[in-house]
Amino acid sequence: MRATDVVRRAFSNAFRSKLRTGLTVLAIVIGAFTLSLTNGIGAGISSYIASTLAGIGVDDVMTVTRTVEREQGSGPVEYDPNQIASTTGPPAGTPGAGSMVALTQDDLDALAATDGVLRVQGATAVTLDYVQHDDGTPYQLALSQFVPGMEVELAAGDQVDLDAAEPEIVLPSTYLDALGFADAQDAVGSTVTLALTDATGAQVTAETVVVGVAEPGLISATGAVPNTALVDALHALQRVGAPAGQDEVYASASVWFDADAGEDATTALQDRLTDDGYTAVTLDDQLGTITSVIDTIVLVLNGFAIIALVAASIGIINTLFMAVQERTREVGLMKAMGLSSARVFALFSVEAVVIGLLGSVLGVLAAVGVGQVVSSALADTILSELPGLTLIVFEPVTVATVVLGVMAIAFLAGTLPALRAARQDPISSLRYE
Amino acid sequence: MTSTPLISVRDLRKTYGSGSTAFDALRGIDLDIAEGESLAIVGKSGSGKSTLMHLLALLDRPTSGTITLEGEETSRLGEKSLNRTRNQKFGFVFQQFFLTPSASVLDNVTLPLAIAGVPARERARRGMAALDQLGIADKAGNKANDLSGGQKQRVVISRALINQPRVIFADEPTGNLDSATGSTVEGILFDLNRRHGITLVVVTHDEDLAARCDRSVFVRDGLIVPRHDEEVAA
Ligand SMILES: Nc1ncnc2c1ncn2[C@@H]1O[C@H](COP(=O)(O)OP(=O)(O)OP(=O)(O)O)[C@@H](O)[C@H]1O
Ligand SMILES: [Mg+2]
Repeated sequence: MRATDVVRRAFSNAFRSKLRTGLTVLAIVIGAFTLSLTNGIGAGISSYIASTLAGIGVDDVMTVTRTVEREQGSGPVEYDPNQIASTTGPPAGTPGAGSMVALTQDDLDALAATDGVLRVQGATAVTLDYVQHDDGTPYQLALSQFVPGMEVELAAGDQVDLDAAEPEIVLPSTYLDALGFADAQDAVGSTVTLALTDATGAQVTAETVVVGVAEPGLISATGAVPNTALVDALHALQRVGAPAGQDEVYASASVWFDADAGEDATTALQDRLTDDGYTAVTLDDQLGTITSVIDTIVLVLNGFAIIALVAASIGIINTLFMAVQERTREVGLMKAMGLSSARVFALFSVEAVVIGLLGSVLGVLAAVGVGQVVSSALADTILSELPGLTLIVFEPVTVATVVLGVMAIAFLAGTLPALRAARQDPISSLRYE
Repeated sequence: MTSTPLISVRDLRKTYGSGSTAFDALRGIDLDIAEGESLAIVGKSGSGKSTLMHLLALLDRPTSGTITLEGEETSRLGEKSLNRTRNQKFGFVFQQFFLTPSASVLDNVTLPLAIAGVPARERARRGMAALDQLGIADKAGNKANDLSGGQKQRVVISRALINQPRVIFADEPTGNLDSATGSTVEGILFDLNRRHGITLVVVTHDEDLAARCDRSVFVRDGLIVPRHDEEVAA
């Protein structure tokens, strides 16, 4: 018998007992539906996080700070002369002053000398007093820590140009109304005034061009994103009046490492930095909790879906055993007429695969339909604060994996009944009443 | 008999079961079937007729003894060549019809061709020709279930001859039919035998049917016996 005939026959055999096949298919639909939906949610959230990653930093950079030996909630900390001796107090206006120990040039040199560190850059921290547009009300604004390679999701305009000579800034969209812009497009190209306090205590201002407006994000920084020229200009203003000879200090340092060397190498590097008295945090560490929670939820839901599929595959076994029983004489006749046992096996296992295919395709289609409805409903309500988040994403590879996986499970379920049919002795099948 | 027989059987034995439940259904059969002849296998119920026919048709393996088909000893054949032999050289008519009720008459008739891997178009052409030969071409599209008993048996015979077999094995071909329809079906079988030279092996209780065959053998308790013995026993 030709393979095409086997498939055609298996198809029509599957529909001989429509109710029985329909119920078995329904069980598979439920499993495939759940599996597609949970995977879709996982993919939706993962891709959102991935697209937000660029907004926080780059994956071959870790942020290094001095480890502060202080136990939360255990009362006043004892004075440690060494701690002071080893650090220079941060200048006024540096973020974290008083709560964090700054890094000096010596620290940067020490970091650069550490094995596994490719490059070190001190994060020159600038604290703004306010941002103002067109002499309107001033608002507080924080500058995001700047790491080359970072990108934010934009509502309008462009990313800042790192190499531009002119100062540029990307504002969070939450500032649009406050600063008196009609919409995001209106803000792009306009000039805003930034104010800060220098080392002498005088308030100074600087002007900068708004090149883009950032969408609010789940994780991405809430501050404005400056370009290098702006940071340098503001930093220069901030240091006016600082005692000459006082070393430049940094709130933190960005340390580049070889991300391709693998997780173990990264962990080893972090351990070495910890031993030296630094705290090193990679992007993965920052995201780790969120992603691991999401992964776990998706895994648990997938587990339920797979339990449903296992139950459904028992339905397939049952359905096919009944079919084999019903068609005992037919199988006997076909074998008497020279159909090989292998073809008999194929007839029944393809029938199982057909049932699996039907159930998984219907389940996936239902999931896509429901996913679309739920996604758009949520996007307009609960998730409207997070544009760019599509809750349920159906990746072709995942969908294909679900369909093929269910077909494979169905095939496995079909082997038992198919083997029984294949082993049937034609004579006793023909004698079967 | 001048030429070598089509099927030759020597000291054929078949034992069902083992130990205390063992039952010797055939106890040493010698039989030659010539090409083109019609042979009736007659005997009482339970005498071993069907068992003998199944062995002759290579549907089952004997416990001991040899079956030679066209000079070839069949015990050496593997499953694959046994399947091919049955598919291409034999046609089957059983007492029950063994039609797939939900499938069309044409699909039922062309089943042996589908098994042989003949393309669908040629299957349909040959199927229609076979149905035509038995005068039921107009039923080709009907469901097999919707036919009368006599029509079903014609479908079964069409199916048996569609692959242009050398031998048609018929087990009680008329047992399920009224005597008028039965004799029509008999007529069709003997016509195939005479006009197309298809060898006919018929298992039957029916003395009249046996009498229409070229030759009859009588089976009793797993042995072939002379006719008068059978009559004495009956
Ligand atoms: N699979 C089997 N296991 C045990 N005994 C069997 C088996 N098949 C057949 N027999 C026995 O072998 C004997 C011959 O059976 P067979 O079917 O050949 O009889 P038969 O001559 O065709 O009878 P009938 O005319 O009633 O069809 C019977 O006694 C039957 O009970
Ligand atoms: Mg019988």
